[in-house]
Amino acid sequence: MTSSMLFNVTTFAYMISTIIFFAFLASKNKALGLAGSYTAYAGLAFQTVAIGLRWKESYDMGVGHAPMSNLYESIVFFSWTIILIFAYIDIRYKYRIVGAFVVPFALLGMAWAQLGMNTGIEPLVPALQSNWLLYHVITCFLGYAAFAVACGISIMYLIKTTVEGANTSTPAGGMMSMFPPLKVLDDLNYRAIMIGFPLLTLGIITGAAWANYAWGTYWSWDPKETWSLIVWFVYAAFLHARITKGWVGKRAAWLSVIGFAATIFCYLGVNLFLSGLHSYGGSKM
Amino acid sequence: MANTERSIIEKVRDFFCSLKLTLFLLISLALTSIIGTILPQGVLPPEYVAQISQAKLQIYSKLGFFDMYHSWWFISLLYVFSINLVSCSIKRLPHVFKFVSEPTLFLAESVRNSFSMKKTIVFSGAIEKGRERLSEFLGSEFSSPVVTEHNGEYHLFAQKNAWCRLGVYVVHFSILVIFVGAIIGSLSGYKGYVNIVEGTKISTIEGRNGQPIPLGFEILCEKFNVEFYKTGAPKEFRSILTVMENGQPVQGLTHVKVIVNDPLTYKGITFYQSSYGQANEGNEHYFTVTNRSGGTPEKITAREGAAVILKDGTTFKLLEATQEVRQFAPGLSGPAAKIEVTPKGGVQQTFISFKDFPEMNSQRGDALIFRYEGTNARMYTGLQVAKDPGVWVVWLGCTLMLIGLYIAFFMSHKRIWVVISKGHAHIYGNASKNHAAFEMQFDSISEKFQQLKI
Repeated sequence: MTSSMLFNVTTFAYMISTIIFFAFLASKNKALGLAGSYTAYAGLAFQTVAIGLRWKESYDMGVGHAPMSNLYESIVFFSWTIILIFAYIDIRYKYRIVGAFVVPFALLGMAWAQLGMNTGIEPLVPALQSNWLLYHVITCFLGYAAFAVACGISIMYLIKTTVEGANTSTPAGGMMSMFPPLKVLDDLNYRAIMIGFPLLTLGIITGAAWANYAWGTYWSWDPKETWSLIVWFVYAAFLHARITKGWVGKRAAWLSVIGFAATIFCYLGVNLFLSGLHSYGGSKM
Repeated sequence: MANTERSIIEKVRDFFCSLKLTLFLLISLALTSIIGTILPQGVLPPEYVAQISQAKLQIYSKLGFFDMYHSWWFISLLYVFSINLVSCSIKRLPHVFKFVSEPTLFLAESVRNSFSMKKTIVFSGAIEKGRERLSEFLGSEFSSPVVTEHNGEYHLFAQKNAWCRLGVYVVHFSILVIFVGAIIGSLSGYKGYVNIVEGTKISTIEGRNGQPIPLGFEILCEKFNVEFYKTGAPKEFRSILTVMENGQPVQGLTHVKVIVNDPLTYKGITFYQSSYGQANEGNEHYFTVTNRSGGTPEKITAREGAAVILKDGTTFKLLEATQEVRQFAPGLSGPAAKIEVTPKGGVQQTFISFKDFPEMNSQRGDALIFRYEGTNARMYTGLQVAKDPGVWVVWLGCTLMLIGLYIAFFMSHKRIWVVISKGHAHIYGNASKNHAAFEMQFDSISEKFQQLKI
């Protein structure tokens, strides 16, 4: 049994889960919702073992390190955290249908990683040889994942509010009846961001602490740092928008979607389009 | 007159206290910050200057876009942000203090209906008995209540975590602490850089603005080394440093290993492994040239870029040399040199000559076989140098922020009222956050409440 086999099983599980959730959306059959969640949980279990196994495999190769050191490993970990946060929201608040808008994010990540990326285990370059790597990556990605879940929920909010927009007095029937009420979606969005915001803050702080330890500057306006701060500003705006008249509901949902777009740019866009210190195992010291 | 003045002051105050300003500032900071991630910051690379139009360059420089995080308008945004933060907090804190220190001890008839969490019990005992028993009950199940008598009714009020309503102000305050730390660092600290050639020592470093900064002690670089993985990726950059004061090595700080992620600190100044290279001054590189047809090998000494004429008239030129070729040619290792050879009347050729792979040198099949023998060059280590006395203030601010966020998001102010009148008592509950969790607690308390025998 190798980790790469298990990662394939994981990807497959997330695909099945996504399909079941879409079927649930169309059929409103409660059993399907349950099956969708359980398939996602099974995927999460496989992926947990796979990540552990890859960690061990790196030690067997003599280049032992936590599997969070390059783009492939980070996106696999991102998928894992998305399903983890989804599981928390699912078990705690029991709105199954949220899965139809969140599990696809994890599937997308896994599919891209498994099909389009070099999956080899690489030794750590000197810049990444630090325990801070583990703390920094875990906190950042848990935060990102919470924002992914919030974005899925906000998309549901925006769809529902658009469909119901014309006649607010009578809630729309059909597929919309599957969605939680707008008030609940708004609240779930807030709760997910309430998890993500402190984690992002912790992620930025551990990053700053590491930068200070490795380079002597806790903040150097490197594009990655700046973009993480931009994401922080957007969600800080979201948190303040909720207590401001005229900004609740639709605008807050849009802020959450924009926040996640900025998050994705911070995670991927900065590496693909801009230069800086987070080149995922580049030649930087 | 006094009236309009007052209204202007009020308007200014309202402006700085408004949440709309907060949103405007947060979104402006987010949007403007993007500029600095797209445009180069600091010293502009010549390629960039060459490709951008003169007009654009002028406008961008005028607007401070090339050092935007220190430009007057970005700093101003941060100042207004701080003022907004302080004014909002000052405006709201008294209310919160009052709310915490002077809680609503009794519930007016009109507000009782607005509670979603409420339960009732009926009892036959005297009202005083009921008050006594229920106070005791609330004290043991939740927290000790304050008892007030009002219109012949007894109101018991108990609360938990009232102070957690201050969490958000802890977060606001922490941002100011971080700013203070950053200002201390920029006023009394510095960032700099120094290259030290193996076997030599330095006592000043170069600051960011190019100014020399004396350290007050000396750093000696004993040795610098790079290790590589089999793949050619770097594994470790290692400097061996000794701190010296008054010409004497400082005890405990001799032969200190400094690698990336493991710096050396002395007297508040920290040295970080940052880069390396070959010291270029006066470097000699040695080659052995053997004629394929026999004869004594010729030893030559070359400097980078300078041509040497060999015995048979061939022109030899060293282009560049490395002491570890692995990073350029995975699978190969050791010293190598890129050379340019022009036989007399022949065609110029450029190729690599190795030290540890003589067979590769001879495989070329030319009349002359070149072997690189190495160099007398020494390595230098490049160290980032930083002194930042404000960094602890920044960490204090960060810690405060995390504590504040935890309090603000995950702790909830829970309140319970019990209103006792003759023959029955009502229990009401309210939480500032996380209603679901409190509802469970309230349900279990009110279940016991309903089983009370008075």
